[in-house]
Amino acid sequence: MDERSSGGAAARLTGDRRAAREAARARRSRRGQAIAAASSVVVLGGLAALVLTSPGWPEVRDTFFSWEAFKDSFPGVLEGFWLDVKLFVIVELAVLVLGLVVALVRTSGAPALFPLRLLAAAYCDIFRGIPTILLVYLVGFGIPALQLAGLPTDPVVLGGVALALSYGAYVAEVYRAGIVSVHRGQRDAALAIGLTEGQAMRYVILPQAVRRVGPPLLNDFISLQKDVALISILGPQEAFRIAQIDASSTFNYTPLIAAALLYLCVTVPLARLVDRVGLGIGGQTR
Amino acid sequence: MNGGPVLEIRGVTKAFGEREVLHGIDLEVFEHKAVAVIGASGSGKSTLLRCVDLLEEIDDGDVFLDGEVITDPGVDTVAVRRRLGLVFQAYNLFPHLSVLDNVLLGSVRAHDIPRADAEERGRALLGRFGLAGREGDRPDDLSGGQQQRVALVRAFASRPRALLLDEVTSALDPELVGEVLEAVRELKAEGMTMLIATHEMSFAREVADAIAFLHDGRILESGPPERVLSSPQRPETQRFLRRLLEAGRM
Repeated sequence: MDERSSGGAAARLTGDRRAAREAARARRSRRGQAIAAASSVVVLGGLAALVLTSPGWPEVRDTFFSWEAFKDSFPGVLEGFWLDVKLFVIVELAVLVLGLVVALVRTSGAPALFPLRLLAAAYCDIFRGIPTILLVYLVGFGIPALQLAGLPTDPVVLGGVALALSYGAYVAEVYRAGIVSVHRGQRDAALAIGLTEGQAMRYVILPQAVRRVGPPLLNDFISLQKDVALISILGPQEAFRIAQIDASSTFNYTPLIAAALLYLCVTVPLARLVDRVGLGIGGQTR
Repeated sequence: MNGGPVLEIRGVTKAFGEREVLHGIDLEVFEHKAVAVIGASGSGKSTLLRCVDLLEEIDDGDVFLDGEVITDPGVDTVAVRRRLGLVFQAYNLFPHLSVLDNVLLGSVRAHDIPRADAEERGRALLGRFGLAGREGDRPDDLSGGQQQRVALVRAFASRPRALLLDEVTSALDPELVGEVLEAVRELKAEGMTMLIATHEMSFAREVADAIAFLHDGRILESGPPERVLSSPQRPETQRFLRRLLEAGRM
């Protein structure tokens, strides 16, 4: 084992050893792949077998996975989904602005802003603490009930406002976490080169904060994209609502599957985007 | 300007809560001169520089810049900081900006210098300090010595009346200390007025026109480098210098 021979023999030995190690590594990697493939077949096949052999499967197949029902309901559901997407984009933009303003107020030290700071803190606590569905109800039915002139009564607008208020509170906290995570030395350096507090925030702290919170922000986007369906309780004909109506009129739930697939078409790419942004930032900091 | 000191520190006292860090500091720095403040870690060197740059509020005493008091409550702190440059121990470069933009941010945003003019001066300065070709890089891609030279250029770019250097070599690997000290020497040769907190005694001896020994928030001894470093009068100074000598830092 521990033989030390002449130079030539040692070199040959090293060459042999390298080849042996490479062969062992290749063997290990092949065996790993084989095990992964086999275990996938067993687990996924087992699950599929479990579902497909269940006593209720034929009925489930007809009520949830009917190709006919899918074809019939898809165009209507897709049309409704377009409303979801539009609402999502508008609410998301409103949330980004609202969240940023609230976070800036909460992190500012200006004495004049004290009452605003108090309000901002209360806003974050209250709107993060109320279930979103409840908020949609309260705003959607409560504001029209006030019967004040000039306030919107369109359920889509009200639903959007409720979602923006709810998500604005979350996103404000995400921004704030980003802002306080920027090292104090950055603010010192910004002030030392002669910037004002406001300029230090704008040119030095905020750009770094926003970069750091990209992944959690995108995470909240995904969540919002799904929660847009909550406005259906106020009546607008969005994807989930239309699917629900279809389902209850035909006693076939396939339209709900169609709606679910449409949501996945947006949320899965967003999730992959989160991964990429997250990895990018990890790579940057090294 | 009028023959008086550029920086004058009179009776400056600063406490963090119950802990008094500076007790009645008196110090002056004349035009084109460099004063080195030496002392153990925790002696108050950094706090003194931060107080002069108004990053900390002093409790008592005054600091004058060109004969004007800058530490009164009514003074515009931003305007004062624009007349001073501070370089930090940990560089504190802006990681999201390129090297060039780190240097330009103050000139363009704080001093309203047109970007083209600021850029010309910024590039020239970076070139002079051995950073030509690195303008587009992010600070993280530079060595510690290069980063600290960028920080020097950033502080110097908008022509401050005085530079405050806070332990600018303490975070560097030993082999990188030389290049940063060389840059400081060059600024000194150009006539920059400097207040330097440092551990590097050989550097203090070479660059400083006067040395002040800070111990527990008091200046115990000050004078020309030869006198303070070679024949210190106070036992605290002797002890401090002996320890540095034993640690091979002199």
